[in-house]
Amino acid sequence: MCLAIPGKILDTEERDGTRTARVEFGGITRRVHLDFVPEAEVGDYVIVHVGFALSRLNAEEAERTFQLLEQLGVLEGEELNSAANGSSPENDRQE
Amino acid sequence: MKYIDEYRDAGVARRLAAEISRRVSRSWVLMEICGGQTHTLMRYGIDELLPPQIELVHGPGCPVCVTPLEVLDKAIEIASLPDVTLVSYGDMLRVPGSRTDLFHVKANGGDVRVAYSPMEALKIARAHPERRVVFLGIGFETTAPANGMAVWQGAREGLRNFSMLASHLLVPPAIRMLLESPGNRVQGFIAPGHVCTVMGYREYAELSRRYRVPIVVGGFEPVDLLEAISMLVAQLEEGRTVAENQYARSVTYEGNRPAQAIMEKVFEVCDRKWRGIGPIPNSGLRFRREFAAYDAEQVFGVANETAEEPAECLSAQVLQGLKKPVDCPAFATRCTPATPLGAPMVSAEGACAAYYHYRRRPRAATGDSCRGAWPCAPTRTVTGGSK
Repeated sequence: MCLAIPGKILDTEERDGTRTARVEFGGITRRVHLDFVPEAEVGDYVIVHVGFALSRLNAEEAERTFQLLEQLGVLEGEELNSAANGSSPENDRQE
Repeated sequence: MKYIDEYRDAGVARRLAAEISRRVSRSWVLMEICGGQTHTLMRYGIDELLPPQIELVHGPGCPVCVTPLEVLDKAIEIASLPDVTLVSYGDMLRVPGSRTDLFHVKANGGDVRVAYSPMEALKIARAHPERRVVFLGIGFETTAPANGMAVWQGAREGLRNFSMLASHLLVPPAIRMLLESPGNRVQGFIAPGHVCTVMGYREYAELSRRYRVPIVVGGFEPVDLLEAISMLVAQLEEGRTVAENQYARSVTYEGNRPAQAIMEKVFEVCDRKWRGIGPIPNSGLRFRREFAAYDAEQVFGVANETAEEPAECLSAQVLQGLKKPVDCPAFATRCTPATPLGAPMVSAEGACAAYYHYRRRPRAATGDSCRGAWPCAPTRTVTGGSK
């Protein structure tokens, strides 16, 4: 029920007096309301729940998680998944 | 998909599990609150990856499961009226009410529709002024802002044929209830990451201080949950009890202010009954008086109806982490997702349904926890899947 998934904002548009965006979830695109994340811009990743973006994902914090894991030695000897260092094109698979 | 694949990395998961094993020196009981997290733990077999000292018990954080029986009965009553279109999140249709469920109302000709967003109900109301459109607005703090926004927007447009049967529940009062229960065994909590995306984690920091219990706000992917468990174990082993935030890519201490603002405009805090658990003080939201015209309970005069829950379902103890779904004599026999006795077997996030889908074979029979599945399989990242 509290399922919310990350997607990428493709473009934004005013509709019925509110700001909305087309958001891509690994190949699937949906119209999403941006009322709760007025700061979100094209290219941002947002967490979406029942048609509303609830947060703009913080890329620095996401990276920090993997840096901390690296410090713990959790990632030692195993190369990081490409998406974690931001260098790969996105793939289209999605839940 | 960015922000998903890297958090399903099997190698990272294995190493985090090893880190937890290295750190743990005695037994700890941890609870994840959210049903979405329960689902991830079961789907990826994370409970079986952990050292035997870590016991995971599953909390009451499945809104579909804890929505009171009388709300279902009211929805069924309203949906049976000839001029009503009842719009609901899909999970609610098969949840049993006292006598029937919404799916049967639909099968018998009732106009019951499934929507992904409450805004779709507004669209239907605009397009069909001759119908009374009612949205079954259930959920925790994650969903309340969206439901509140639909009502706010409906009121702004002056829509007269739209209302909401609302039943919103709040998570922190339920954690308080669990911690004050004499039978409580939980020593650390994984707080629900999407509830906290909206609300922040100030309330959880207060709970942690007051009850001297570690709480870590966790995300929903396997690596998120293993990291949250690792953070909890570190606190417990070191004798610390603070609130920490594993899901910092989405959650801030203060939460989402615009979402909180719309909740406060439309709703106010009230006492609420939780299905399987009973009444919890200040654990829910109801409409503020200004929005009474959009409150389906008042529009349809069903506010005071009550219902008795069936006694044979063990969901009360399951939802409080006192029993595992497999401890119930009806589990997977008289109670299955097709013929559920209680809500936790219906919802995809219910603990009973999660065990039904992922844990029906006895653990001892396989001899080991690695069945060639994630994270033991040679592929490093699992995507797609069974959902």
